Amino acid sequence: MVMTIHVDIVSAEAAIYSGQAELVVAPAEMGEVGIAARHAPFLTRLKPGEVRVRVSASDVQPFYISGGMLEVQPHTVTVLADVAMPARDINEARALESKQKAEEMLADKTGRVDYAKAQAMLAESITRLRVLEKYRKGKA
Amino acid sequence: MAVGKEIRLKIASIKNTQKITRAMEMVAASKMRKTQDRMLASRPYSRKIAQIIKHLATANPEYKHVYMQRREVKRVGVILVSSDRGLCGGLNSNLFRMVIRQLRDWERQGREVMFCIVGQKGNSFFNSIGAPVSASAVRLGDRPHLEDIIGLIKVMLTEYEAGKIDELYVMHNEFVNTMTQRPTALQLLPVKPEDMESGNHGLWDYIYEPDAREVLDQLLVRYVESLVFQGLVENNACEQAARMVAMKSASDNAGKLIKELQLVYNKARQAAITQEIAEIVGGAAAV
Repeated sequence: MVMTIHVDIVSAEAAIYSGQAELVVAPAEMGEVGIAARHAPFLTRLKPGEVRVRVSASDVQPFYISGGMLEVQPHTVTVLADVAMPARDINEARALESKQKAEEMLADKTGRVDYAKAQAMLAESITRLRVLEKYRKGKA
Repeated sequence: MAVGKEIRLKIASIKNTQKITRAMEMVAASKMRKTQDRMLASRPYSRKIAQIIKHLATANPEYKHVYMQRREVKRVGVILVSSDRGLCGGLNSNLFRMVIRQLRDWERQGREVMFCIVGQKGNSFFNSIGAPVSASAVRLGDRPHLEDIIGLIKVMLTEYEAGKIDELYVMHNEFVNTMTQRPTALQLLPVKPEDMESGNHGLWDYIYEPDAREVLDQLLVRYVESLVFQGLVENNACEQAARMVAMKSASDNAGKLIKELQLVYNKARQAAITQEIAEIVGGAAAV
């Protein structure tokens, strides 16, 4: 049997996932990391993206996170996300809408818009869509 | 017949008061549910981050952040979370009593104290006793946002970094259940390691990415913010629960008072009627 590691994913608003897993893949700031049981203690920031929890070879659960922190102890992994949700709960319509709105804002050259905010919004919606698309491909 | 007019007026006025307290009770009950949900929702995050910080404090990090260094305590910073409104029983006064007791202890040890206060009640109380209040945030409403208190936390963290305070506490009411709220004080800085017995104390360190300084800076600030915010939402839930209970007992008391007055009124009326009949009978007999 493969050794497992305990995973907790919490966002600022809720506990999203808690359970055992064989492997956790997370988008660390300096590149994606895969954490298995007995990993050395590890602390890093996370970029917006996808966290994958491999419960078993046939059961991989993807989550969207908007960035946060990752802590690894030999037998537990904790993902502290600002916003997190299971990939299947991503609202595609809303993500598309916010992407479009962000693009409109960036196209506005009158200087009345907050470009940093628009850029962040765009990046976030694109990440959401990417995670969702990947999830659907995995399903198919 | 003008029997007991005063009593009738009194009963009417108590009934009006009872209507108000009953309405407040119901409002508090429905708000309580929402504030409780909010409290429970953000609990996992603050619990987890507190746990990580505890792990970190038992490690032997390559970079000792200023929040992790103990120094001799001369001045203490307190972030006090109180409610904005009154009429919630002894909620605020219990908390203030604990703070005052703590304050005396510190005074005896020759430590100065500096306050940052959330909530109108605490603000006016500590200003009136002349405690040094360096920042306050009031009227945050039932749905507070982290941004509302970041400024206030920043004040304390800056003071801490500048060495003007050597310990930082957060004090608020802890929600135990609807009937019980407990005032608590929690030391935020410097971070306290878990009990020293936990095996591998100080013999290991994290691997940091990108580097220890950046990660720890962010994590520790996040930790303080999240715990203070948790204190705030918890205090909010306490406030609604305490108000509901206080208003319920006020309504009950009003009911009791009305009953007693009604009895007095009925007796007076009865006596008046009896007397009148006696007078009529007496008059008829005389004729």
